[in-house]
Amino acid sequence: MTTTQTAPARQARVAGSRRRFMTRHASWIPVFAAAAILVAMVVGAQLYFGHFLTPRLVSSILLDNSYLLILAVGMTFVILTGGIDLSVGAVMSFTGMMGASLLRAGLPSSVTAPTMLAAGALIGLGIGVLVQYFDVQPFIASLAGMFLARGLGFVVSLESIKVTDSSILWLQGTRLHIGGSGWYVTPTGILALLVVAAGALLLAYTRFGRTVYAVGGNEQSARLMGLPVARTKLLAYVVSGTCAGLAGVVFTAYTGAAYPLNGIGTELDTIAAVVIGGTLLTGGSGFVVGSMIGVLVYGMIKTVINFLGVDQSWTRITIGALLLVFVVVQRVIVARSARRR
Amino acid sequence: MSAVVKHRLFWPLVVLLALILLNTVSRPSFVSITVHDGRLYGSLIDVLRNSAPLMLVALGMTLVIATRGIDLSVGAIMAVSGAVALTIIQDSGDAANPAVLAVAIGTAVGAGLVCGLWNGFLVAVLGIQPIIATLVLMLAGRGIALLITGGFITTINSDPYKFMAQGYVLGLPFAFYVSLAAIAVVALVERRTALGMLTEAVGINPEASRLAGVRARGIIWGAYAASGLLAGFAGILYSSNIMAADANAAGLYIELDAILAVVLGGTSLAGGTFSIAGTVVGVFTIQTLKSTITFLGVPPAVTPVFMAAVVVVVVLVQSRRFRRWVGLLAASLRARSPRRPDRAEVAS
Amino acid sequence: MSHPDAEATSDALVAMRGITIQFPGVKALDDVDLHLRAGEVHALMGENGAGKSTLIKALTGEYAVDAGTITVAGEPRVFHGTADAQGAGVSTVYQEVNLCSNLSVGENVMLGHELRRGGRIDWRTTHRAATQHLENLGVAIDTRTALGTHSIAVQQLVAISRAMVTDAKVLVLDEPTSSLDRGEVEQLFAVMRDLRARGVAILFVSHFLDQVFEIADRCTVLRNGRLVGEHAVASLTPGSLVQLMLGRELDTLEALSSVADRHVDRSGTPVLRATGTGRKGVIEPTDVDVYPGEVVGIAGLLGSGRTELARLLAGADHADSGQIEVKGKAARLANPRSAIDHGIAYSSEDRRAEGILGDLTVAENIVLGIQARRGWRKLRKSEQDAVVAEYIAALGVRPASPNALIRNLSGGNQQKVLLARWLATAPALLILDEPTRGIDVGAKADIQRKVAELSERGLSVVFISSELEEVLRLSQRIVVMRDRRKIGELASHDVDVDAVIDFIAHEGQEGAA
Repeated sequence: MTTTQTAPARQARVAGSRRRFMTRHASWIPVFAAAAILVAMVVGAQLYFGHFLTPRLVSSILLDNSYLLILAVGMTFVILTGGIDLSVGAVMSFTGMMGASLLRAGLPSSVTAPTMLAAGALIGLGIGVLVQYFDVQPFIASLAGMFLARGLGFVVSLESIKVTDSSILWLQGTRLHIGGSGWYVTPTGILALLVVAAGALLLAYTRFGRTVYAVGGNEQSARLMGLPVARTKLLAYVVSGTCAGLAGVVFTAYTGAAYPLNGIGTELDTIAAVVIGGTLLTGGSGFVVGSMIGVLVYGMIKTVINFLGVDQSWTRITIGALLLVFVVVQRVIVARSARRR
Repeated sequence: MSAVVKHRLFWPLVVLLALILLNTVSRPSFVSITVHDGRLYGSLIDVLRNSAPLMLVALGMTLVIATRGIDLSVGAIMAVSGAVALTIIQDSGDAANPAVLAVAIGTAVGAGLVCGLWNGFLVAVLGIQPIIATLVLMLAGRGIALLITGGFITTINSDPYKFMAQGYVLGLPFAFYVSLAAIAVVALVERRTALGMLTEAVGINPEASRLAGVRARGIIWGAYAASGLLAGFAGILYSSNIMAADANAAGLYIELDAILAVVLGGTSLAGGTFSIAGTVVGVFTIQTLKSTITFLGVPPAVTPVFMAAVVVVVVLVQSRRFRRWVGLLAASLRARSPRRPDRAEVAS
Repeated sequence: MSHPDAEATSDALVAMRGITIQFPGVKALDDVDLHLRAGEVHALMGENGAGKSTLIKALTGEYAVDAGTITVAGEPRVFHGTADAQGAGVSTVYQEVNLCSNLSVGENVMLGHELRRGGRIDWRTTHRAATQHLENLGVAIDTRTALGTHSIAVQQLVAISRAMVTDAKVLVLDEPTSSLDRGEVEQLFAVMRDLRARGVAILFVSHFLDQVFEIADRCTVLRNGRLVGEHAVASLTPGSLVQLMLGRELDTLEALSSVADRHVDRSGTPVLRATGTGRKGVIEPTDVDVYPGEVVGIAGLLGSGRTELARLLAGADHADSGQIEVKGKAARLANPRSAIDHGIAYSSEDRRAEGILGDLTVAENIVLGIQARRGWRKLRKSEQDAVVAEYIAALGVRPASPNALIRNLSGGNQQKVLLARWLATAPALLILDEPTRGIDVGAKADIQRKVAELSERGLSVVFISSELEEVLRLSQRIVVMRDRRKIGELASHDVDVDAVIDFIAHEGQEGAA
């Protein structure tokens, strides 16, 4: 056996390993695409504005979008099972209201924060029960959850409530400087990154996580395979609700107040970020890391819009357009691979 | 008797009548209608008038849902339509001129149609999932409307324009006639022609319909176009009501109300067979509910809580399992015993 | 009814006795027995509607039984569903291969039983275990690849391997060979023999007679929900087996052999002439002619491109090369609509996904084709009723009720309704793709007889089927395909099944007709 390979043989080997990569990791492709877009945006912004990539700016992107990152992790779980959760924005706002009023009443943050998470989890549980045990479509069930949470927020108070609790404000107010050249991170940022890590580990290394993928891939098969489908779907919505509760904590810390009209449209931003990040709406394919990239793309767009000094409404338009491009490209890829088979 | 109960409209009508009854019991004035200056007034009349935009949007939504789709952008389309109309009127400087109004309304409705055609293109030609496809316009649409109005809430002063939402003809609100016209047109087109049956076929099995020679693409495209067109009209009505183009508030959440109305009326979100009459009942139910809540003194902001309760009740009633559960008076939610399948499943 | 001998019953691993299941209006199973012994392949046979799948669902507990007992290894058991049965060692592999194609092969094998270390899944050892399980069945594939990238045959073996992971003592295979080619069937049978040697009891549900004779030791025959008998396969002949299943003579099928001998006039204009029709990556440019009144069969192994060719001829897919002439005039078949307008009707092979509109009635399904052609103008009710009644009678649809929902009909009757839909459009050419797959022998005979009758009256037919005997019986000429291209044509009355198989294998010298 010769140690050198002829060109065709080497080509074949490369082609073979590329094909092997594809068949093993096909679902990562959309995530790579999202990362590519992110990089392209960053490079483009740097070239255009000249002074874009400062440590302070990059750090602030994470700071400003921690809440969205947490929401996106929870939404990823739900979308992976083939469902959708329209309630997250409203739940985030409601838990914020609830938390702020509890703090105002004198309860310590060590009690309030877990209560906020529990409230989110409870609403998520309700949605999950409707979806799983009463065959209600996720769209409608989470819509009910959204109505409920939005209204309950107003029940707590019709106006905003300021938050003065020091430990909550600490979460956002503290800057932990790294490296000393202007990079910093806040506790909320760390929290968000921890949530991303926890989500990724859960999905990749636990039976629960693998069942989430199985349910999204083919729910009937998963059931026939003996997997705990009902419990898993329920838990997915509970995870999403808990994340929404946690996002409520983070967002309240971020704005220093709770306002019942917070988070209108946030669920759409979340869904957009998750889809841009490479998670398929049909379920069974996607990664939390991808959703994180999606949130960063969203944050980049907002920042660029700010820099350009144009109307804020362009943010939504750009997100919409980008979402469209992504979905069309995903569609073309899917159609082409289906044709080849 | 069982044929009546099994009729598709039975439960929706029961819900609506129950709601009206509840209202009447707590405030008998609910059903009273007074005549004043040749016009009818009363809570019921208010429902007929205020439900018009929702009626238009829900009719379009029914067609889209029948094709297994969904249109989340109708609120944004309303905003765009209102923005276009009012900007044209304001820029003309002649707000009361019928010709100007005609051009404004025509263009605005045309804009709605274009939006619908765009949605239809994404779904029918590119094959994108309806939720995502219409989400794009939902996100971008309001931004576009804001750009058209230059970031402001355009207001105008025009009696003829105001007439559409607030005027009366033959004692009944003009807006109600608009509703009636829309219902009539949609019902005639869907049921008198074969379009209704073909739409249902496409919703039940798009590929089988295509192979049978049905122009599935055209039907799906048409459904979204109709939805956009109707939303365009709804946007005119809305802006006529407040005499302003408010890109953020126009049609806010109306897509959710519309979907709810359609589902309440018995059409399944999974597509296929649909019911115009059911949607009409559903719209009135939702409008009555909103009116009830307002009357109860609940701050409008809290209305969603009741909407949530209604949604839950409705879907539970429609849920087969819930009905079986109630019927069996079973204590356990976890049905572990092997189930008895129904006839439909014994196919082979 | 012949009950099994005492020897078979006494050491049965699984014994189902007196199983009766009553559904509203129909008795699906009536006092049925089934005995499975360890280390045997037991075939479960019967027409559609005979109760085979109901019996399996009774075993796994998907259906509750009204009477009768089930014992496993001597203990009476009642399962609560496929997953529950799996836990007790009774695994079922359904026709649709219930796995998750978005996950990797290894993960599918081990799902729910992944190997963990310190609370988290250890992927390396998990995949190694999966590879081992697959190798035990003689399958060597990269377990990290996505399941969806493999063929149905491989996916089925993965499903069986999963059953072995759960330590199955009883393996139920429901129509496992419907989508496999000859080589894949051999591979499956090798696996089955190996499992049999290891003491697993295998219940093999199939309607392929030759396969039953090849692999099964004993068989249980059902007819109309009743047990006809349990026999050792060695004691039966194909004729006697079919007679047990059908309960009547076979001459309806035999009589059709005259079709192949009928003379077809090929001097005039062909109804359809495709020259160089192909689609990149799907089918190589192909020539096909079909003359009036002719039945042209398309034969080939799975994956040879038969369906793909049919779809091009029917306008269901776009051809990017060649041209098509219908009755001598050039035609551009851009979509099924234009094909139907030209008189070409296409009945797809997957009637559930591409044929029936489940929520609509028999009548609505039948008129869909002609209504679609009419466009917006609705058919008059009288017109509609007349057409529907005519075809229900002509094809023998049971139940003969226009307002029955089509999804409540058996597979065979659904196929007849679909056939009615196409015939109602008065086509000049009818393309039938696997019209008799998965339907009972009686309906099969009905449909074949109808096809023969129609072709005699001038209708041209293109007939695709995996069952070569069927193709030979019904067509005058056979187009043979392999690896996505046409390799030749044969005249039916010149060849038999073996000759066709030989031709496919060796790309015979007899070129096009």
